[in-house]
Amino acid sequence: MQDVNIEMTAKTPEVKLDQNSGKLELKGRSIPENSIEFYNPVFQWIDEYSLQPKSDTALHIQLEYFNTSSSKCVLDILKKLQSLNLSGRSKVKVLWYYEEDDEDMLEAGEDYQAIIKVPFEMIKISA
Amino acid sequence: MFDIYDFYEKMDDGKIMLSFKGEITSDLLTSILNILESKLDNTGDEPKLRKKVYNILVECLQNLYHHNDGLSEENGDHTALFLIGRSTDGNYRIITGNYILNENVEAVKGRIDRINSLSKDELKAFYMDTLNNEEYSGKGGGGLGMIDIARKSGQKIIYDFRELDGKFAFFSLIITITP
Repeated sequence: MQDVNIEMTAKTPEVKLDQNSGKLELKGRSIPENSIEFYNPVFQWIDEYSLQPKSDTALHIQLEYFNTSSSKCVLDILKKLQSLNLSGRSKVKVLWYYEEDDEDMLEAGEDYQAIIKVPFEMIKISA
Repeated sequence: MFDIYDFYEKMDDGKIMLSFKGEITSDLLTSILNILESKLDNTGDEPKLRKKVYNILVECLQNLYHHNDGLSEENGDHTALFLIGRSTDGNYRIITGNYILNENVEAVKGRIDRINSLSKDELKAFYMDTLNNEEYSGKGGGGLGMIDIARKSGQKIIYDFRELDGKFAFFSLIITITP
């Protein structure tokens, strides 16, 4: 399967989905008006990856801003990875990055952590 | 009565950072956000507050982008109004205005009243419940925007619906963000 490499724009994050390492990365801003359109390739990639996953899968989420429209898409990504984790075919973890003074971003990560039954690691980065 | 000199003075004072009336397109939204991001950087406010303001701006502008009953072939060219101001004591105020069909007023009013009645913890629960359980609205946000604005601002949302005619009302929204 093809890796996904999407460069960041003013409204959308950098996306790197690497099948060989099982490393999935979202980095930057996610504030598009139509997030479903943007995240569709990510959903499709995860579905395909889940058929033949690595033994370990790590999702790195390092977002500076995300809008509520993206928050639904992030949840959908997490739900897909939760299913993969539950299937026992790959051990999934989520690494959630937030800038040290950004309580809203930490809280957003904790909201997901409360919904999704996958181990989360909260990683503080200096602003 | 609206006093244009008063408005001019306020703008000069740095009290009005940006005001706009017109059609909110995707490109325009990007430009407005770029301009406001650099203006926010120049305020000298804490990054934490600037982020909060930026986040709320995104939701407010995208609300205007997605929901404007007055702008369609059928309903005419009633464009939206957007204004952001920062007072000398550092409080931000975001004002939006747009046409809404009278038949939609009760639903929007009911939703804001509900949000305004909730405590901080209840808002969090409502947000998570909406995030997790509700369907996509087709416009992407699934009704999360207003809850997010209330959560991030930590203030009640002030609103007004002024009935204009048999078809439309003018919906205005005032969001306050304090340091």
